[in-house]
Formats: sequence, C-alpha cells, structure tokens
Amino acid sequence: MFTPTSRHLLFSTQLRRLQSTLVIAEHNNEVLSPVTQNALTAAKKIGGDVSVLVVGTKCGPAAESIAKASGVSKVLVAESDDFKGFTAESLTPLILATQKQFKFTHIVAPATAIGKSVLPRVAAKLDVSPITDIIGVKDANTFIRTIYAGNAIMTLEAKDPIKVITVRGTAFPPEPLEGGSAAVEKAPEGSYKSDLVEFVSQELSKSDRPELTSAKNIVSGGRGLKSGDNFKLLYDLADKLNAAVGASRAAVDAGFVPNDLQIGQTGKIVAPDLYIAVGISGAIQHLAGMKDSKTIVAINKDPEAPIFQVADHGLVADLFKAVPELTSKLP
Amino acid sequence: MSRVLVGVKRVIDYAVKVRVKPDKSGVVTEGVKHSMNPFDEIAVEEAVRMKEKKLASEVIAVSCGPAQAQETLRTALAMGADRAIHVEVAAAEYETLQPIHVSKILAKLAQDEKADIVIVGKQAIDDDSNQTAQMTAAVLDWAQGTFASKIEKSDAGLTVTREIDGGLETVKTKVPVVISADLRLNEPRYATLPNIMKAKKKPLKKVKPSDLGVDIAPRIKIVSVEDPPVRQAGAVVPDVDALIGKLKEGGHV
Repeated sequence: MFTPTSRHLLFSTQLRRLQSTLVIAEHNNEVLSPVTQNALTAAKKIGGDVSVLVVGTKCGPAAESIAKASGVSKVLVAESDDFKGFTAESLTPLILATQKQFKFTHIVAPATAIGKSVLPRVAAKLDVSPITDIIGVKDANTFIRTIYAGNAIMTLEAKDPIKVITVRGTAFPPEPLEGGSAAVEKAPEGSYKSDLVEFVSQELSKSDRPELTSAKNIVSGGRGLKSGDNFKLLYDLADKLNAAVGASRAAVDAGFVPNDLQIGQTGKIVAPDLYIAVGISGAIQHLAGMKDSKTIVAINKDPEAPIFQVADHGLVADLFKAVPELTSKLP
Repeated sequence: MSRVLVGVKRVIDYAVKVRVKPDKSGVVTEGVKHSMNPFDEIAVEEAVRMKEKKLASEVIAVSCGPAQAQETLRTALAMGADRAIHVEVAAAEYETLQPIHVSKILAKLAQDEKADIVIVGKQAIDDDSNQTAQMTAAVLDWAQGTFASKIEKSDAGLTVTREIDGGLETVKTKVPVVISADLRLNEPRYATLPNIMKAKKKPLKKVKPSDLGVDIAPRIKIVSVEDPPVRQAGAVVPDVDALIGKLKEGGHV
C-alpha cells in the first residue's frame, strides 16, 4: 500500500505530531535574555520538534540570536506595538493563535515575571493545568518541580493533552547559540492589542554588575547589614569577585535595597558557583532561593544561625570587620 | 463602588519545617500548624483597605478546601471581610485540587456575586504555583494586575505597580480586574479579640464545586513527593585568611 518512502514520511509526520514544543523567547526588544537558552534546553529534553516564538515591539536581535541555536526548527516572529510592555493580555491571544495553527503538544517559557504572568493565562484559555517552575523533565508527560519552598520535590504526570510549562532557569544548562540555522517566519498575524490594560512605564534598577539569576558569583546581604549605606561593603566585595549583589527579604523590607534583589521562595531563585551570605540568618524562605548554589559561604556573628547548616564554609565573625578584611585581602 | 472577592488558602504555617511522608505520597499535614497563606493575608488587608477608603462596598472572602478552611475564612472576617463563602472540597479530592479548579470556582463566584475586583495572593507557599490570579482573569476575560506592590484608583480603573524582574512596572487596568498581591503591597493587620468575636457572627455560606458547575477531576497524577537532596554539612573556618584559602582551593578566586 505504501512505498517505503511514503511510509517513512508518514512515520516522521506522526512523530512530529506526537511531540512538538513552542518555546516563548524572553527578550527586552534589544537582546535575548539568557534564560531563554535554559528554557530551550528543557524543551529539547522533552523531545520532538522545537519552535520558538519571539514577540515584542522589536524582535530582530532576539530572533537572530535564537535562530542560531541547534535543534530549533523554526522561529516565529510577531513584531508589533500591540506587544508594548509584554502584557499578558496582548501576548495570550497571539500564543493561542499560534497554538491553533501549529497544534503544539508543549508550550514552554522561562519562569520569569513575564513567563509567570502569561503562561497560566494561556493555559486557562486552553483549559489545561499549567506546570510551574519545573526543575526536571522525566519524559514528555512527567515533570519534576519543588513545593513548600524547595523542601519537597514533586514528580507529577500531567494528564492534559497540552502541557503548558514554565522552566526554572538555574535547573537547566543554557543551550549554546550556535550550530543551528532555523527558518524565521511570521507568526499568525492579527490585532492583538488589548484594551483591558495599558502599559505605562518601567523603573528598572540600573547596575553594572552581572545579572543576578545568571551570575557566577553572588554576594548577598541580610538584616545584619543594619542599613542601606552599609551595603557598600558588599558592593566593594562584589566588585572584587565580579559578583552580583542579592539580598534577603529582611533587607528588602527594611528598605536597604530594592525588591528586585530579593533571593528566596518569592524572589529570585539563583544557583551560582559561589554564594556568600552576609548577615543572613538563613530562614526556610531564603534557603529556597539559593541552596542549589555550588559553594555557600556564610559570614554571621551568630554561630547558631541556620545558614551555617547549609554553608560549606562558615565564618563566625562580625561582618563589619570580616567583610572589609576579606575585600582587602582578596587578590 | 466595587465589590471585592478575595481568595484565601489554608496552608501549613510558613515557619513549619515540612516533613515528607514515608510512602512518598505527599507531606505530613495532620497535626501540623496551619494558617492563612501569607500572600492571602496581604490580599485581605488590601481588600479591607479598599473598603475603608470607600472604594469598595463589600468584601467577600472565599476559600476552597475541607472543613478547616472555615478557620481561615473566620480569620479573614476578623480582619474586616463582610461575609465568607466556603467551597467545600473533601480532603481526598483536595489533594489534587489545583489552581485551574480554584480559578474556575473564583470566576463563577465573581460573576454570581457581581464582584468587580478579585484579589488573591501571588502564590500559595505550599504548592508554589503562582497561577490562580492569572487563570481567574483568563476565565473571566478580565485584565490582570499580577505581583502588585501598589494599587491606586485612576479615572477608568486602577493603576497597579507591579514587581518585575528588573524593578517595578506600572500598568493601568480596566475594572473588572483580577489582582495578585506581592509581599510589599501592605502590612496585614492583626485580628483583635473583639473582631475575632464579631467574626463568629458574620455570615458564612457553604457551596460545593458541583453547585457552581465546576469539575474538579484531577489534571495531574502525583507520582512521588520526596525530600530534596541533603547538603553535606560544611565546616567553620577560624578567620578571614582561612576563608580565602578555602576559596582559592575551590577555584573561586
């Protein structure tokens, strides 16, 4: 009935029908966010065909970058002023239109503020249960994520036909942007402007230091710093180590530093090579955000502080003496 | 004036160190201290402040879960909510109740109760999903103001300041709207004893998901719940020089 060639064709079409993933790229209209590469690694682990959607007011640079990643079959681009501010209300109908056309089995985005805002909205429209912040892929239906501030690890099997997933960047290595040459195509066109919401403005914290979630080294401060001015001690140390600076919730709530530096269950999840916790007691909620760091150093004057239970190297000392000494003695 | 629906969840208290069950089916919840999800306290506080500022006419607290969810609703009433709705879900079914189910329940109640604003916490500290507000907004086709750290009345609706990865963002949303509360939105009040007593007399209505036409069939199968890998305990170093030695050994400096 079938020639060998057509049978092969049929087989491969079925395979493709079995598994196809759409990755929502994250970018700021200028550059691709590195966390997209981590999400791509997770998508490749799911298996099957991988497409990437780049959406924004200016998509060229991000689309060019991601098209170079190996294993991406196509890059869909939706460039329009409708997407100003990447609002969930405007991105959702675009993703739904894309889904309607291509019928993906998986829709994946990094678990960032944007991914977390948009994907559950998409999932509800598809009447499927989203799977948040995965740290592992067992197979196309089985995923691993943490619950209770990282104090338990849940493996779950999704029963829904379409899997809508956000990915914890630090749990997957970044996929290099080389070896590929995906076709760049237009995403389904339409009017996606939402009258439900209007983007007004952003106030982004400016910093020359590495970005927190992808930094190799992090110096982090807590309540023990006593004031915002004293954070200068940490900035000096961070400069020596080419490190990003983070904070505990206590330091943010006390107004020492802005909230986007918060590391923990409800802030950012980081896993650098080196994490230096200064004046941080180590509450469950903070540990949730940093305990996957390769090496943890704690500097705290309280020898009973819980942070010492996870620290590889602990120094029981007054941070106001120890930190300047450390900074001056580092090469 | 708006009517505000606020979703609250009873969770294991944030200060409790959870224990995984030996059969790996979940975490131990029996005999463990529970309280209102901290983000939901912030949501209730914001709803009550809206009423105090005469922006809202009524605050309705909703919780889904077994009988104990009523304690959480009483707490919301003691904080200033006017009445409560307990959506009864049996303990066994509650194991697999997810944001997709809760959002459909909240959406239906928002319509039935003619609410204009739905406020929930940005995430529950047990499942750490961070989905319910977004999904409720989707079901209703309303605007969403997620991770809100400031909410102000504006001409056509609300001006919401949102906590995003690099800092803060401001959006204007139309009303009706679904808001999720971030940590810095406000500082929740304590329920005073007289208010706790008064809350006992406030109306609490019981409904079932089936009454609302919501199917709560599980969308996931829990394969296992396990302890995270344990970190090897490290050692305390005597001074800064020794610490630098360790960092050099590890190739960090």
